[in-house]
Amino acid sequence: MITLSVNGVDHALDIDPSMPLLYALRNHLNLNGAKYGCGLGQCGACTVHVDGKPVFSCVTPASAVQGKPIRTIEGLGTPDRPSPLQHAFIDHQAAQCGYCIAGMIMRAQALLDTRPTSTEAEIRDYLQPNLCRCGTHMRIIGAIVQAFGAVAKQHTDDTHGAHA
Amino acid sequence: MSRREPDPHTPAARADTVDAPGRRRFLVAGSLTVGFSLLPGAHAYAQRATEDAAPVAGSAAAGKLPGNLASTPLLDAWIRIDAQSHITVYTGKAELGTGIQTAFTQIAAEELQVAPAQIHLVTADTGLTPNEGYTAGSHSTADSGTAILNAAAQVRELLLESAAGKLDVPTSALSVRDGRIVSVDGRSLSFGDAVAGLDLHRDAKPVSPLIPPAQYRVLGTPVPRIDIPAKVSGGASYVQDMRLPGMLHARAVRPPSYGATLIDVDSAAVEAMPGVVKVVRDGSYLAVVARDEWQAILAMRALERSARWQTVAKLPTPDTIYDTLLALPRREIIAGSRHGDAAPAVQTLHARYTKPYLSHGSIGPSCAIAHLDGGKMTVWTHAQGVFPLRGGLAELLAMKPDDIRCIHVPGAGCYGHNPADDAAADAALIARAVPGAPVRVQWMREQEHTWEPFGPAMITDVKASLDASGRVVDWQYEIWSNSHNQRIDNAGRLLPAQYLAQPFTPAPPQPIPMPEGGGDRNSVPLYDFPNFDVRYHFLPDMPIRVSAQRGLGAFQNVFTIESFIDELAAAAHADPVEFRLRHLSDRRGRDVIALAATKFGWNPARPRVPGHGVGFAFAQYKNLMSYLAIAVELRVVPETGDVRIERVVGAVDCGQIVNPDGVRNQIEGGILQSASWTLYEAVRYDEGGIRSFDWSSYPIMRFSQVPAKVDVHLIDRPGAPFLGAGEASQGPTAAAIANAIAAATGRRVRDLPMAAGGRLREFSGQARNG
Amino acid sequence: MKRMRKFAVGFAASILAAAVGVIAYAWQPAIAALPAPAAARADDQASLVARGARLAEAGDCMYCHTAQHGEPFAGGLPIGTPFGTIYSTNITPDPQTGIGRWSLAAFTRALREGVSRDGHLLYPAFPYPHFTKMSDEDIAALYAYLQTRTPVDAPAHPDALRFPLNFRPLMAGWNWLFLKKGPLAPPADAQSAAWLRGRYLVEGPAHCASCHTPMNALGAEKSGSPFAGGRIDGWNAPPLNALTRAPKPWTQAQLVAYLHTGIASEHGAAAGPMLPVTQHLANLPESDVDAMATYLMSLQPAAAAQPPAAVAVPPADAAQLRAGAALFTASCAACHADGAPMRDIGGRPPLGLGSALTADSPRNAIQLVLHGNPWNGSASAHYMPPFADVFDDQQIADVLAYARVHYAQRPAWPDVARRAAAIRKENPQP
Repeated sequence: MITLSVNGVDHALDIDPSMPLLYALRNHLNLNGAKYGCGLGQCGACTVHVDGKPVFSCVTPASAVQGKPIRTIEGLGTPDRPSPLQHAFIDHQAAQCGYCIAGMIMRAQALLDTRPTSTEAEIRDYLQPNLCRCGTHMRIIGAIVQAFGAVAKQHTDDTHGAHA
Repeated sequence: MSRREPDPHTPAARADTVDAPGRRRFLVAGSLTVGFSLLPGAHAYAQRATEDAAPVAGSAAAGKLPGNLASTPLLDAWIRIDAQSHITVYTGKAELGTGIQTAFTQIAAEELQVAPAQIHLVTADTGLTPNEGYTAGSHSTADSGTAILNAAAQVRELLLESAAGKLDVPTSALSVRDGRIVSVDGRSLSFGDAVAGLDLHRDAKPVSPLIPPAQYRVLGTPVPRIDIPAKVSGGASYVQDMRLPGMLHARAVRPPSYGATLIDVDSAAVEAMPGVVKVVRDGSYLAVVARDEWQAILAMRALERSARWQTVAKLPTPDTIYDTLLALPRREIIAGSRHGDAAPAVQTLHARYTKPYLSHGSIGPSCAIAHLDGGKMTVWTHAQGVFPLRGGLAELLAMKPDDIRCIHVPGAGCYGHNPADDAAADAALIARAVPGAPVRVQWMREQEHTWEPFGPAMITDVKASLDASGRVVDWQYEIWSNSHNQRIDNAGRLLPAQYLAQPFTPAPPQPIPMPEGGGDRNSVPLYDFPNFDVRYHFLPDMPIRVSAQRGLGAFQNVFTIESFIDELAAAAHADPVEFRLRHLSDRRGRDVIALAATKFGWNPARPRVPGHGVGFAFAQYKNLMSYLAIAVELRVVPETGDVRIERVVGAVDCGQIVNPDGVRNQIEGGILQSASWTLYEAVRYDEGGIRSFDWSSYPIMRFSQVPAKVDVHLIDRPGAPFLGAGEASQGPTAAAIANAIAAATGRRVRDLPMAAGGRLREFSGQARNG
Repeated sequence: MKRMRKFAVGFAASILAAAVGVIAYAWQPAIAALPAPAAARADDQASLVARGARLAEAGDCMYCHTAQHGEPFAGGLPIGTPFGTIYSTNITPDPQTGIGRWSLAAFTRALREGVSRDGHLLYPAFPYPHFTKMSDEDIAALYAYLQTRTPVDAPAHPDALRFPLNFRPLMAGWNWLFLKKGPLAPPADAQSAAWLRGRYLVEGPAHCASCHTPMNALGAEKSGSPFAGGRIDGWNAPPLNALTRAPKPWTQAQLVAYLHTGIASEHGAAAGPMLPVTQHLANLPESDVDAMATYLMSLQPAAAAQPPAAVAVPPADAAQLRAGAALFTASCAACHADGAPMRDIGGRPPLGLGSALTADSPRNAIQLVLHGNPWNGSASAHYMPPFADVFDDQQIADVLAYARVHYAQRPAWPDVARRAAAIRKENPQP
């Protein structure tokens, strides 16, 4: 029995200890965000957070991350209440087929959480592990830059006591 | 909407010469007939000679109807309204990630004069929608969008007439507001009430009461894509996300190379593994079904380790592939020609350009679900053509097409004919082996990479002469290429069918005739050359599996033409933009060229800076569809051969724009994808088989090489026919990059990919010869 | 403790050396700057420039002298040494911040003696003890090549060396102790042209011993242990004088393939700090790489008459192996298992033959698991994803135990969890 803490909720799953986290999330918790793109850690479509760090869930054993907080895109926000990053992706219409996008968002969210003052060059560097085949890169970068700006503004507002 | 008038640059008919008399049987001038899949009761569709192979009109009268109303004239095939005012619009096209779900919703909403949110669009489903062939060739908006535009306008008018009768007022007293039909006297009816007694089961008329573009409220606006919110929040959006009750998970085991035979495999040992339901073996076809997906993957690995194969494949040597292709038997096709008077030639240039096999490289490998229940097979698939797929499956399974339903559910971007149809065939074959349970088949990354039908390798030769005033006086162009269209003409085109104990044979390859073309797509120059001769050496023998990839031959042909135009401009000591305008009278072509050059700041007197270059290119896709001009500025780092694209400016004219943001998205995407193809991509193989099995062995553009800036400018043509924008940027981008690299390095590169392996390094080619 | 004593002895020695050297060597004269930047007469020097380009690839100059996202040769890369961080210099021909006004004499002195144009002493992180062996013609060629690069205005970044090592004149003492200027002596026996060329490249511009020879306490190569192995950036640079002792003895052809393409059959892929070396050696003509391999193969002890006896593998911790097997199946098998596509289609060697897994120390295996092997822009790469954020230290120990026993047929290394924790702390923090 493997216990996974996903988006703040614990789940006890009777799964093979060799099962990668990707399949535990998709098939045992019915979460769609993390996707199978390669199963090799080469494309990032499966990116989720473990303990705040972005990992490839396709090569992360579910059994290895018991007891660590796991966060998927479903834990960031919903269509009705999107997080700043999700909102920015919608604003920029940053998707064509969209298959890579959940992974892009999770990758960018990790940077936003740890280095919210990153420059565009740093953002581009940080996205290197993630592939997009449709060529949506410009909008992805634009959306992320927008979200970083929005969060920076929020911090400034908070610092100056302004209310959202 | 009138059909496009014939144009001197698009020869209406072409003369074929055929090598082998035996092949004449398969050539029917002007159309492509499905002749191989006839079973009792099967539908044989006469298909248009276009890449999307949509059905032709069934009668002369229907032939006058706009768009695909010609082949599906019944209004209620496209639009239904129920008593609760729910509006359902049907399209035979599929949402591939291009945004047509939103665009068609806008089109219908505009003509029905309701908010887009009131429209429910149903896409590609053999059980529900019109048959519009494949979602391919940039035909969707032009053919399906046009049909919906007209059908919706006619339905609107019929509703008004019906409401007029019910309210006993003239139709002119009625208008549509806020989803209701409102009379000047204040009374109103819902659509649901107005449709009562109105039979939409009637043929459309040739002329529709279209809303004037000046009054558009929705069409032409950047309505946000309906599908994006779910895609950014983990909503179920793809066939990969479907979960059906009792669903089983399957994996295919593919042979080690083309044509291999399965000698033996220890199925019993794998069937004993946890969760395994069945090993499916039929000749050399091998697959495994399990309850859980990870169990299926472990079982697949075990089967792979246990299987022993007899291999036969002997692929061509990569270093001499172009020589190999040039020596293959060929069918000669004249793609276009013109003869006229011209001044004497004073200078002749010629050059050869080459393109390797390219991979679609879908980011999400193919997936399908099939369920055989009570003699009926349902298949959920991201294949581009659910109707042709159904035909192929019917033959494969010896079932009646009416007993098979293929429903399109989006997958990852396919960019042409990828293994989506093959995955559907896998799912159907396996579902047949475990009837009653839905079976989900997911292809693995290496299966997608090594078994997909690639974009064919191509050779293009061009020779042209200039007169004393620097004008082109003659132009000879030759293409060598395999077929760019190995779609589901019969069951044998489905990969799994070729490995059954009683295998199906793929139908022989057929060229797509011009003006659409396959390998010869966009090979006829749009420029006003007094003499030109364009020949397509169609190569039926395919040593490597190939089929349609975004743009088909247009990518290589426009790359070649627009690179060579620059070479000619240089020989004429002319500015590349001015040289193009010198030879182009097409007004819309001139407009996009002028717009791109202006927005880019194209400066003929720009000083040469070593390592920096700008390049320009232009094309009208197929000489029929969207016009696109593009300028690129880039750097080449001499020490490494790295290419850094600093900025790209594109200008596009796609006729009446449905969704400007959607057009921009597609054009930007095509620019980046084409840049990746042009600079980095080539399928690797050796005699033993395909060796590009993952992203490390088939690298594509990563964020480190993404351009710094891309801007796309749109020219709107209100009321003009919709032209397809999805493939317009592939070819021009390649040439603009080639031209910029030539300016930056002084080296004219004619062989793709341009930057792979450090080819553009300052001393590459010298150092390695030591 | 041993380390502190070593340092104290080393420190005392360096003071003494300094006292001697400072008088003799510390104050070097400046060489006058050229009145204008050296004119790039690339046309009549085309072949000299091309020759210089080749030497720059052999010497891997661009790797150290280019910052991440920096312009080529404009410097600014932080280089970790046991004595602190040094930043590489701008060697583009910029007149103010680069070497645009350096004469050939000044450039030659820098390569041969470790002295900058203005007379200050350079640190041997710049491997001038190797470059000193280059010929005059080659130094002139390298000079010509660098003078034709694009000038970049990029001022030097201040170094961060620990006192007293930030006092450059101390280097005079170091040079007095350790620098043997000038070309290699001719070999005792007659050798083939390839061997001679290979020795010249290996000992000279390619400076292999800088990483592959152990360092003494003063940061110089131990004179008695050439190519006996070293440590660089937290990775072990394996001994180059024991290649034939590998589970499958290295052949010359394999060594050439490894150096030229970054991968060898029956061995594995270049990773860590060796990866960029192979990326630059890839740009050399194969004859040069073959020459280097010829020389390196001549350093090998005679191959054992029989392969080393199979090591008796003590009974492993079954629970650890089970845990490791599950981790391996989830994380590694898709690439590394028998029958995996990377093996069968990609033709890659079995995991058990890789030097990281067969080495006596787990250091490189731990680093590989933590870092993976990176992408190379949009070019092809022998890529491996990183697992630093996937596995904890015990899981690294478990998965490596499984890989060692099951694939390399060797006993699990002891103490891997603790060593992984220590290596994580050593590594630069992200």
